[in-house]
Amino acid sequence: MPQSSATSSRKEFQPTSRLAPWLFVGPAVLLFTFALAAPFLYAVVLSFRGIRIRGGGLGMREEVAVGFKNYYYAATNPELWAGFGRMLHVGVISVPVMLTFALLFALLLDSPHVRFRQVSRLAIFTPYAVPGVIASLMWGFIYLPGVSPIREAFSASGLTPPDFFGEHAIFFSIANISIWGSVGFNMVILYTALRGISSELYDAARVDGCREWQIALHVKLPLLLPAVILTGLFSLVGTIQLFSEPKTLEPLGNAISTTWVPVMLVYRDAFISMNIYMGAATSMFVACLTVTVTLVVLKFMQRRERRKLS
Amino acid sequence: MSSPALRASPPAASRQPRRRGGFWPTVILLIGAGYCLLPLLWVISAATKLPGELFTTFSLRPSFNGGFWENLKQLSQFRGGQYWRWTLNSLLYAGGGAALSTMVSAAAGYGLAKYRFAGRDIIFTLLLGAVLVPGVLLAVPQYLLMAEIGLAGSYWSVLIPCLVSPLGIFLSRIYATAVIPDEMLEAGRVDGAGEVRIFFSIALLPMLPGLVTVFLLQFVGIWNNFLLPFIMLSDENKFPLTVGLYTLINQGVDQPGVYTLIITGAMVAIIPLVLLFLVLQRFWRLDLISGSVKG
Repeated sequence: MPQSSATSSRKEFQPTSRLAPWLFVGPAVLLFTFALAAPFLYAVVLSFRGIRIRGGGLGMREEVAVGFKNYYYAATNPELWAGFGRMLHVGVISVPVMLTFALLFALLLDSPHVRFRQVSRLAIFTPYAVPGVIASLMWGFIYLPGVSPIREAFSASGLTPPDFFGEHAIFFSIANISIWGSVGFNMVILYTALRGISSELYDAARVDGCREWQIALHVKLPLLLPAVILTGLFSLVGTIQLFSEPKTLEPLGNAISTTWVPVMLVYRDAFISMNIYMGAATSMFVACLTVTVTLVVLKFMQRRERRKLS
Repeated sequence: MSSPALRASPPAASRQPRRRGGFWPTVILLIGAGYCLLPLLWVISAATKLPGELFTTFSLRPSFNGGFWENLKQLSQFRGGQYWRWTLNSLLYAGGGAALSTMVSAAAGYGLAKYRFAGRDIIFTLLLGAVLVPGVLLAVPQYLLMAEIGLAGSYWSVLIPCLVSPLGIFLSRIYATAVIPDEMLEAGRVDGAGEVRIFFSIALLPMLPGLVTVFLLQFVGIWNNFLLPFIMLSDENKFPLTVGLYTLINQGVDQPGVYTLIITGAMVAIIPLVLLFLVLQRFWRLDLISGSVKG
């Protein structure tokens, strides 16, 4: 079709047939519908239903519409809010610490006088390859009295060994596992973003007599802000998904209940209490909250960006 | 983009006259590296210990009393080799799932990048929305639907939800837009090639570096996944490593040999993936992700 390049925009063109794009997009759309959209809609439907037992004695179990009752229970369930509280407690520790160190390591990797860069980068990135469950197992043992090298070191130097499963310490213990698992990945993201910045900018600053840390703080950091926001957002969403870490530590001590974070509560509702309607409603409630928080944060960040530019 | 040239450049750069000020940054970086390696060193050292030694010797010092081989033997014999079965399952889920989902993502990303058609913007908005919804919260509904159609508990119940990756499609689209010039596709059309053939013979090759990244992201994502297989599967023979090791620790931490079994299992599970990473790390194009914010 020689005329197509003349009529349409430079970047895209009319397909030779209207079906052609669907050959490529079709499989993804089908899978998306079946594996993501349909479960989502099905859960929405289930969340408005429930089981009612009719008649005396054995009675009849039937599925009936219950309106917003499940949502009312979910929203007024103190365990869910306590779970959110614990989740936030972990997130308030893990997200800022992880981001700070990811940023620090990325800036160090990018500065000219640092040695052992290649080795350090690989070592810090390695935990990303370790599944959350296995990371939690390893750290669980490192926390566990009897096999913990940290407790041994404390004892050897005559100090009281810390109790990693203590009432307050458990938040730090869980946050540490998630920091360990994600700091390297975020460091690499930020580092690649840094590599994309033209080094002429630094040369100019160096000529002006800037020291390396000043360049990092005043030139690199502002340019890196969009990438920092993105990684921060992903970590935030990651915190809401917190599940495998507390679930794996649960059998190792009694600091963690079966409903410690929201996703554990959803799991218990749906699979241990066998109330799939309640599980669906809690799931939806948490999902809506997540998306709302994400969008609010995104909007807030965008507005700040724009204000800075104008 | 030859890799030898890329690998040769860092030493050359570091040969610049070194000024003062490199000491503390290097120390901080090495402390970070040590922190990240500590659990791995611990697990490797603990896997060399016989059950009796685990609680009695200093934990970071490996033992050379044949404990390592003994532990490996115990692990292999555990329930008639079930551990290796879990490993194979993990490889199947992660390898098969990542390969299929990369193909789906490549095709969809190409379609979204290179064609203008009704419905394209809706698809794109839905995909972006799906990136924001945490996958964990869809796991329960996915189980319910799978149970409804009788697929729950099968290999497919874990594979199918992994096949569509909104992030993978998103990245493929960015990559396709960046590396495939429209002129090449036009030339193919002028030569009379069909749309499918154009995709396979012209578009796919330049997209390969980006697709390796999509594959690796998906592979790690599925390999590390816990909740989805944990919910979907009830037959222990279909478990991936993550769920298998979890059931081990959940069943019997009070039995004597279980600790060493779990520790050895954890070590054997991570070493291959870590090695795979080290080998493939220069194929990672993570600038795709950090670059996607600027667009």
